Amino acid sequence: MADVNRGNRPLSPHLQIYRWQIPMLTSILTRITGNALIVSAVLVVWWFLAAATGPDAFATADWVLTSWVGDVVLSLSVLGLWYHFLAGIRHLIYDSGRGLDLPTAEKLGWACLIGSVVLTAITLIIV
Amino acid sequence: MRYLTDRKRATGLGSARTGTEHHWGMQVSSVALAILVPLFVFTFGPILGAPYEEVTAYYARPFPAIVAGLTLIVGLVHFKNGARIMIEDYAEGGMRHALIIGTICLSYALIATGLFALVRLAL
Repeated sequence: MADVNRGNRPLSPHLQIYRWQIPMLTSILTRITGNALIVSAVLVVWWFLAAATGPDAFATADWVLTSWVGDVVLSLSVLGLWYHFLAGIRHLIYDSGRGLDLPTAEKLGWACLIGSVVLTAITLIIV
Repeated sequence: MRYLTDRKRATGLGSARTGTEHHWGMQVSSVALAILVPLFVFTFGPILGAPYEEVTAYYARPFPAIVAGLTLIVGLVHFKNGARIMIEDYAEGGMRHALIIGTICLSYALIATGLFALVRLAL
């Protein structure tokens, strides 16, 4: 009898229903950046494999990664990586039970957004 | 009078039927990545774009190679477990299984390929 309502349960309201707000936006961005980074991982592993294979293979992979398309993809990867990095640290703070009140949560969200842009700028200047 | 403890009665309940292993695993790998990612970005970044001979000599050195290897392993295990949560949120039934299996295969394939390349560069 516990399964009477199986398959006919109400769904929770989705993205189109909620008003956009910082904690929600930053949480969604965490998921998007984390999963999108697989593209960067594939590119980097390909570059390593090419370097281990020989000069010709390396030239191809290096050309792709340092072309303007590669530059755009890798720069976005750095932005996504730093964003996910900061959001992950925020997640650890939340997990410890701290920062869950609304004013603090909104500040932490802004810190992730602004911090990732700042860290990306620093990275692109140094590297 | 109940002889079962509260914990015993709670074990196995909840939609996941299992405990906190997944969450703990993500916490551990995220702490490790908080250290590894900056190290990898600032060892890999400067050498990207360098000529072939410089790259092979650079990754024959222990520190950049070990950082790259650890980042690949921990990062892709973190991806494997994190992506599973996204798949479970959006896909159902056979498609869910296929996507999770595919993600796991892709993660381990990338780890194996990356480590093979690093070992070859180091030797």
